[in-house]
Amino acid sequence: MSGKPKLHYFNGRGRMEPIRWLLAAAGVEFEECFMEKKDDLLKLRKDGALLFEQVPMVEIDGMKLVQTRAICNYIASKYNLYGKDLKERALIDMYVEAMMDLNELLMAYPYQPADKKEQHFANMLDKATNRYFPVFEKVLKDHGQDYLVGNRFSRVDVQLLEIILMAEEFKPDILVKFPLLQSFKERISNIPTIKKFLQPGSQRKPLPEEKDIPKVIQIFY
Amino acid sequence: MSGKPRLTYFNGRGRMEPVRWLLAAAGVEFEEVFLETSEQYEKLIKDGVLMFQQVPLVEIDGMKMVQTRAILSYIAGKYNLYGKELKERALIDMYVEGITDLMQMILMFPFSPPEEKGKNLDSIKDKATTRYFPVFEKVLKQHGQDFLVGNKFSWADIQLIEAILAVEEKIPAVLSGFPQLQAFKIRVSNVPTIKKFLQPGSPRKPPPDQHYVETVLKVFKR
Repeated sequence: MSGKPKLHYFNGRGRMEPIRWLLAAAGVEFEECFMEKKDDLLKLRKDGALLFEQVPMVEIDGMKLVQTRAICNYIASKYNLYGKDLKERALIDMYVEAMMDLNELLMAYPYQPADKKEQHFANMLDKATNRYFPVFEKVLKDHGQDYLVGNRFSRVDVQLLEIILMAEEFKPDILVKFPLLQSFKERISNIPTIKKFLQPGSQRKPLPEEKDIPKVIQIFY
Repeated sequence: MSGKPRLTYFNGRGRMEPVRWLLAAAGVEFEEVFLETSEQYEKLIKDGVLMFQQVPLVEIDGMKMVQTRAILSYIAGKYNLYGKELKERALIDMYVEGITDLMQMILMFPFSPPEEKGKNLDSIKDKATTRYFPVFEKVLKQHGQDFLVGNKFSWADIQLIEAILAVEEKIPAVLSGFPQLQAFKIRVSNVPTIKKFLQPGSPRKPPPDQHYVETVLKVFKR
């Protein structure tokens, strides 16, 4: 028993990736236990390790935490990445929730059936460029600070960088109309813990490959 | 300007109902603005009032808050319904998130096509009785306390009673295998602020009907 948080998921991004980003940003080393087939999920359920029979599950500080938001909230608070008071938390929460909505769209894309892919693609990029990115560009413009909330690095900066990079994987020039997001991206990417996470060999997961999709679907359905 | 929180949403439950429950449980009076037309909604967007062009919107303490979970977390934090420290918060968050997944099925139900409603109702019953209610039955049994977390009334209790009542509306005998939840339901219904909210004339909204579904579709132009 190493004392490090232990993440239970499949070997891919999915709903666990924001958690990996947050732990990495906080400089926290973690272990991973990967599910390869449905039996692995069934075993975790049978062992009573999953409160609502679902992953992500993170073993941390004697708890078996489930539910992505509960896990992220705990980690963010523990490592002082959640603002200094209730009102900063409220701003962070509003921004994070929107980012999670966009993340849902980006994350679901590889798993869409062929006849739905094109429409899904158009919708997710439309939301990114017309609903979400303009808000964060404006936030940065209005206060002129380096970080989104409270002039201090927080979970929301980590989350925004994550979704910017994910969106760029689908449309490399997606930030063309957002100069402040471009400089934000450079700035946050150079934070030492983030820089380390962005290097090859880190626990950051790649985009799913076509050949892996059926395996993931089989684990969960 | 009254100083009371002001809620903007449809005149129905939807995503705003947990917010109404939480404010009511905290004993906080609030005002409501009801969306009835797409012009009203478009005006809100045009006026830049909806950060991500979506409702719920709650104007509270000088903020125009959007995103249901952000709103609920703020209210729970402000009114001491969010546990006393980090580990209690983690438990509350887990329980609330699980219940929210169940409530999502109920939220979407009125909008499902008629031929799928039977299957969706079965799914709600299945998830409620095999995935969610057993967890809370066990939590209550194991610690033997009145409330889910920290021996103190919290957001998790409010969310659970809302879910129990919503599922019971569709499946009246759903608590039949869950004696702890039956007692919990009676106990929490008798918390004075909750009791008041459960009485006729409160801001609690009725189950969604055809008019509600049509209004939502009309406002969002679907």
